[in-house]
Amino acid sequence: MEPVSRVSGRMAPLDRADVDTDQIIPKQFLKRIERTGYGPFLFFDWRAPGDFVLDRPEHAGAAVLVTGANFGCGSSREHAPWALRDFGFKAIISPSFADIFLANCYKTGLLAVTLPERQVRHLIDLASEDPSAQVTVDLEKQEVRGEGFAYRFEIDAFARECLLGGLDEIGLVERHKSAIAAYEAGRATWLPAVK
Amino acid sequence: MSEANKAQESKEEYERAGRTSHVELEYYRSGRAVGCVSGTNFGRRVCVELSFPMPKTLAQKLWDSHVVRVAPGEPDLLYVDLHLVHEVTSPQAFEGLRLSGRRVRRPDLSLATMDHNVPTQGGVRAADDLSRRQMETLAENCRREGIPLYQIGSRRQGIVHVIGPELGLTQPGMLIVCGDSHTSTHGAFGALAFGIGTSEVELVLATQCLPQKRLGDLAVTISGELPLGVTAKDIVLGLIGRTGTSLGQGHLVEYRGSTIKGLSMEGRMTICNMSIEWGAKAGMVAPDETTFKYLEGRPSAPKGEAWESALEYWRSLATDPEAPFDAEISIDASQLEPHVTWGTNPGQVAPVTGRVPQPRSDTDERALKYMDLLAGTALADIAIDRVFIGSCTNARLEDLRAAAQVIKGRHVHPKVRAMVVPGSTSVKRAAEDEGLDLVFKAAGFEWRNAGCSMCLGMNPDILAPGERCASTSNRNFEGRQGSGGRTHLMSPPMAAAAAVTGHVVDVRELL
Repeated sequence: MEPVSRVSGRMAPLDRADVDTDQIIPKQFLKRIERTGYGPFLFFDWRAPGDFVLDRPEHAGAAVLVTGANFGCGSSREHAPWALRDFGFKAIISPSFADIFLANCYKTGLLAVTLPERQVRHLIDLASEDPSAQVTVDLEKQEVRGEGFAYRFEIDAFARECLLGGLDEIGLVERHKSAIAAYEAGRATWLPAVK
Repeated sequence: MSEANKAQESKEEYERAGRTSHVELEYYRSGRAVGCVSGTNFGRRVCVELSFPMPKTLAQKLWDSHVVRVAPGEPDLLYVDLHLVHEVTSPQAFEGLRLSGRRVRRPDLSLATMDHNVPTQGGVRAADDLSRRQMETLAENCRREGIPLYQIGSRRQGIVHVIGPELGLTQPGMLIVCGDSHTSTHGAFGALAFGIGTSEVELVLATQCLPQKRLGDLAVTISGELPLGVTAKDIVLGLIGRTGTSLGQGHLVEYRGSTIKGLSMEGRMTICNMSIEWGAKAGMVAPDETTFKYLEGRPSAPKGEAWESALEYWRSLATDPEAPFDAEISIDASQLEPHVTWGTNPGQVAPVTGRVPQPRSDTDERALKYMDLLAGTALADIAIDRVFIGSCTNARLEDLRAAAQVIKGRHVHPKVRAMVVPGSTSVKRAAEDEGLDLVFKAAGFEWRNAGCSMCLGMNPDILAPGERCASTSNRNFEGRQGSGGRTHLMSPPMAAAAAVTGHVVDVRELL
């Protein structure tokens, strides 16, 4: 994974709560066996009628998605962060994320950041009123800042370290091979194996 | 009396005897409290070391028993006992392994099946090239890595969360993961089970381990006798109606109480299955005689002496008295009614005797517009076009029996197209052995082959735009069952009743 330390750019507002992963990438696009190529299908059903907020010219090329609470609920499909990344988003700001989605974002190198509802509201309003407003999501300083504001965010320390270092998590776990083998040797004998 | 209280009492006794004392306890995450009682005994300084186990929740016991490694500032490294794999979320994980030159560490602790996009009628040929390519890719990956695969056409094929339990592979005390959010189903056996993303699938394939940050503990206590016509599905829908869609975030949930004790394994699976719909990482029920009876004799269950050893361990898997939960929710099951969703998330739900509520948020307003419903409409007046009895939530034998009981001697409404998709090939076989297929077919239901089918519509079983469906599945998200389709979640008997009457109806009127 490429290291992620800072994302700067314009914001696109998606002022909805409880956005589920079925909306982010509908099931008919889960049949690909690759990790890429999902961008055109992001929010497919919501974009179909035209004039969807993300398709408005003023938001083209936005790097940061600002959106409502419980973003990414539902299905565990990692295709959702893949689609957001393919579309061009490098960071997402929301008051809260569903657990599996958040883990998937970290693995994808998508910088998912939580801020209090009031601050997210400010960012959504700002993005709507002034689509050219620039924002920086700074993982190193744990800060979202723009003209006239700087919001501190909390993030899991280990996830932060992995993102900043672009660490290969499998490689990290493999370093503990002897601990894994020792655990394995002590497993109860009745535990099932698949035949 | 708890160990902590005992320590406190010894301290008081000590003080009564004219001795000064001081208790210092340091708590360790290994689940033991270690500390020291020190003081003076007639001028002489003494110190007695204490060490006793802390009371733990079931979830903590399951977690602690799978810890391979703990390090400050890092997530715990957990060992996975069973990794379930299906065609949709695994191809990129296998590809990742291949690109990095890694192999699957424990193919014998992995099991693959095809369920998400399999056709449910007309033979084993996938309906489209992409689905076929995905299934072939899974078969090829499993062949290369030596992972057992129950593919389409196999006697053991079925929805991944239905076949694990029925094969006896899902057992108390295990840690089970799968690239699917409804993996929480397996928690019904007193297992720690949760869904993971594709990168995590790759990580588990390579290492059989998963780093996880410790989570909070929630208790949901459900007591009282379930009224006639009210099922496990209504318990969990009623619960989500109260909690909303995200209260469970960052938590492991234990479902407990007399109602849960009285439920079958099937009912417990239905409840644990929908834990994710209120945001919980996992849901679980402590194993008991019902669990053991269900497991005994199943193909992968321990046999003979191994069974006895397992049983002894499994009986220890209960929350200790006084173990702390972060929060507790209580539900009186005796007051529950059959529930039905009216909106586009499972929290937008009401008793079937109620009405479509006034919108309280933008989300509600959007939902009503999408569902083409007006606030104030009686739920029982909502006409439906389709009925789907299936999914990992409600397509086990007990679910089909409950639906058949309502259907028997009746006929599907002429305006309704209804189908039953058994959760697995063996559920289908068992249902046919009892003649349930004949009941459904005689009533005008389509009797299909096993798969996820119209729960998520990855195969040809989908709703047309604008069609309204009474569904026993788990998600009523926009377009979930087909672009523009409208889903009302309910129990199998409620869906059966809707099929007969052509509208949402209180099943109790038909019992």
